[in-house]
Amino acid sequence: MCLAIPALIKSIDGHQAEVDIDGVTRQASLQLTPEAKVGDYVLLHTGYAINVIDPVEAEETLKLLKELSEVY
Amino acid sequence: MGDKVLLAHGSGGKLSHDLIEKNFVPAFGNPVLNKLDDSAVFEISGQLAFTTDSYTVNPIFFPGGDIGKLAVNGTVNDLAMIGAIPLYLSLAFIIEEGFPIAELEKIVNSVNQAANAAGVKIVTGDTKVVNQGSADKLFINTSGVGIVPPGVDISGANAIVGDKVIVSGSLGDHGIAVLSQREGLKFQVPIESDCAPLNKLVAEMLEASANIHCLRDPTRGGLATTLNEFAKQSQVGIMIEEESLPINKAVLAACELLGFDPLYVANEGKLVAVVAPSDADKVLARMRQNQYGTEAAIIGEVVNEHPGKVVMKTCLGSSRIVDMPAGELLPRIC
Amino acid sequence: MKFIDEYRNPELGKRLIDRIHHHSTKPIRLMEFCGGHTVAIFKHGIRQLLPETIDMLSGPGCPVCVTANVDLDKAIALAGLPDVIITTFGDMLRVPGSHSSLQLAKAEGSDIRVVYSVQDALGIARDNPDKSVIFIGVGFETTAPTIAASILQAEQEQIDNYYVLPLHKLCPPIMKALLDLGEVRLNGIICPGHVSAIIGSFPYQFIPDDYGIACVVSGFEPLDILLGVDMLVNQIETGQYKVEIAYLRGVKPEGNKQALKLMDTVFEVCDANWRGVGLVPLSGLKLKERYRRFDAESNFDISPGPSSEAKGCICGSVLRGVSTPVDCKLFRRSCTPEHPVGPCMVSSEGSCATYYHYGDSYGG
Repeated sequence: MCLAIPALIKSIDGHQAEVDIDGVTRQASLQLTPEAKVGDYVLLHTGYAINVIDPVEAEETLKLLKELSEVY
Repeated sequence: MGDKVLLAHGSGGKLSHDLIEKNFVPAFGNPVLNKLDDSAVFEISGQLAFTTDSYTVNPIFFPGGDIGKLAVNGTVNDLAMIGAIPLYLSLAFIIEEGFPIAELEKIVNSVNQAANAAGVKIVTGDTKVVNQGSADKLFINTSGVGIVPPGVDISGANAIVGDKVIVSGSLGDHGIAVLSQREGLKFQVPIESDCAPLNKLVAEMLEASANIHCLRDPTRGGLATTLNEFAKQSQVGIMIEEESLPINKAVLAACELLGFDPLYVANEGKLVAVVAPSDADKVLARMRQNQYGTEAAIIGEVVNEHPGKVVMKTCLGSSRIVDMPAGELLPRIC
Repeated sequence: MKFIDEYRNPELGKRLIDRIHHHSTKPIRLMEFCGGHTVAIFKHGIRQLLPETIDMLSGPGCPVCVTANVDLDKAIALAGLPDVIITTFGDMLRVPGSHSSLQLAKAEGSDIRVVYSVQDALGIARDNPDKSVIFIGVGFETTAPTIAASILQAEQEQIDNYYVLPLHKLCPPIMKALLDLGEVRLNGIICPGHVSAIIGSFPYQFIPDDYGIACVVSGFEPLDILLGVDMLVNQIETGQYKVEIAYLRGVKPEGNKQALKLMDTVFEVCDANWRGVGLVPLSGLKLKERYRRFDAESNFDISPGPSSEAKGCICGSVLRGVSTPVDCKLFRRSCTPEHPVGPCMVSSEGSCATYYHYGDSYGG
């Protein structure tokens, strides 16, 4: 539930950001994520950024997936 | 003439004639139309194909086209999908009172350009104007006649087990381009509608192979609907591979954003072909040489299993049904 | 798409599946609570790839499906008022209430507009000062903070023709209610990914602590779900039950503090009516007194009439995990996506719609 898609912040104006997903652009509200910066990826849900994606954790998860898939 | 369409423009009197003579005839002028008789008269021999469609797209102008371009190509394509050579179109407008003449002129221009590109002539037409509120800006109906060359037998019921399924290019472009302009969605996409005439592409495919069994353009309801129609009409199963589907990155992203499945999003300049396996590669090669088939791809095949149903092999190697859509695609939050 | 495509890698997926086959030795039952997970599982045919030891059940995490008829009837009644524009997420449009649906009301002349974002509803309010614009607020904790933000924004901008019908529901209370009902024996739960982006993972702690059930917060891509299943299997095989986060790129244990603060400013917890379960204490949200002027029910006089459930519809027991859609006598017969009897068939992530579209024998 709760479709949210990772989107890249291209620019910020007050509480509003312009975000981009593979060329699709939209306005997004940063009222839930005031700490977000240009260059961050956020989870976009119904026009609001609900969280800033942690790229370090993303990388760690991929590493974990690779490790798990090699060892049983 | 003022700058807005009035009820009088549709009533057959002087204003109507002005509209026809100042706008429509100069745009479409051809010997048949120019007679301005009640009916178009022309000689035609062979097996006739005849089709009609009405166009109510909203918004009427969208990236890559407008309702006029759509009205020509949609009907040209319906003829092409049966293997017919499209020849003549009728063109009927139903216009809401108050519609700007400048926009009507743009649309007439689009119709003209599209008809020229497709190589068809507009030979007869009609214009009605209705009270404000009785139509959503402008509706168009086009009917078309064409000739089916001898020996051509294309039908959704002709698919045979073993046939290959080919699409002519990227899926979902039109639907997403139009949606991006709709009130309430407000997203920008670097995608234009793929609205295009496919008759020349089809003619080239038919030159390459006499074993093209089915053709259809996956308009409303997308690829999924067309494949389901073939499966039911032919009582065969169809299996497609998720990884082989050509879809633009931006269309994928827009679909993710709105919760759509690209398999259900409309196309207006694409076709699906079901071809005998012996000829699939050469049909594909020929398609790729046409401007409207450069990204053509084999996406699956007709199988014995699950007759009447379409199944997709996912990237993980599992299979799942691709069903007919239920009603309009609606953006969802869940 | 970044942060999506990497988690669809088919090679890694196949190997993870092998790993799960290797490690799962005893029969277990897992529930994916959230409708989004149900759809993802069926879309990628994950059930058929898992070992026979793992039985998967779909839970009630579809906020549209769990909206009770009595609440949907209120929305439809509001739509019938003069000078009202109803704004709603697309999910709600076709859901049948006791007598009608928003889509039918639209066909009968009500001004009902589908929006992608509550911000669009605010925009419609600004553009139509002579109308009352009512937003139908459905959704779990992922969406509630956005509605809270919209109300604060309306207050700040002095938009006085904007109202909300708050039908939001909370996940941890319904999870507890379901477990207390004791109808289904579960070994593990795949916890909702984006709800958890807001509430974090701490609110699920009662599940392993009080019920001895494994919990993993999972994302929505195939590798995310498989990782979640692998972690659940591991907890169950080793007998070490806890709450883990598999979706670390999107979820922090403490959640999104700002979002929680916004929710807390505007809403207070109340009892809520869940389809198929009934009244669940402290599982819904209503507007705080200070913001009552934005509350649709307090400001408009509606008498929707008695609500009723469709005969033969077992959406309730499907939502509780007690029945599957194929157990329902109406499934595929009188209840189809074109003519839905209950919300589980209409909602794009309802169990019945999912089974119908993706095939119970293929993806199920």
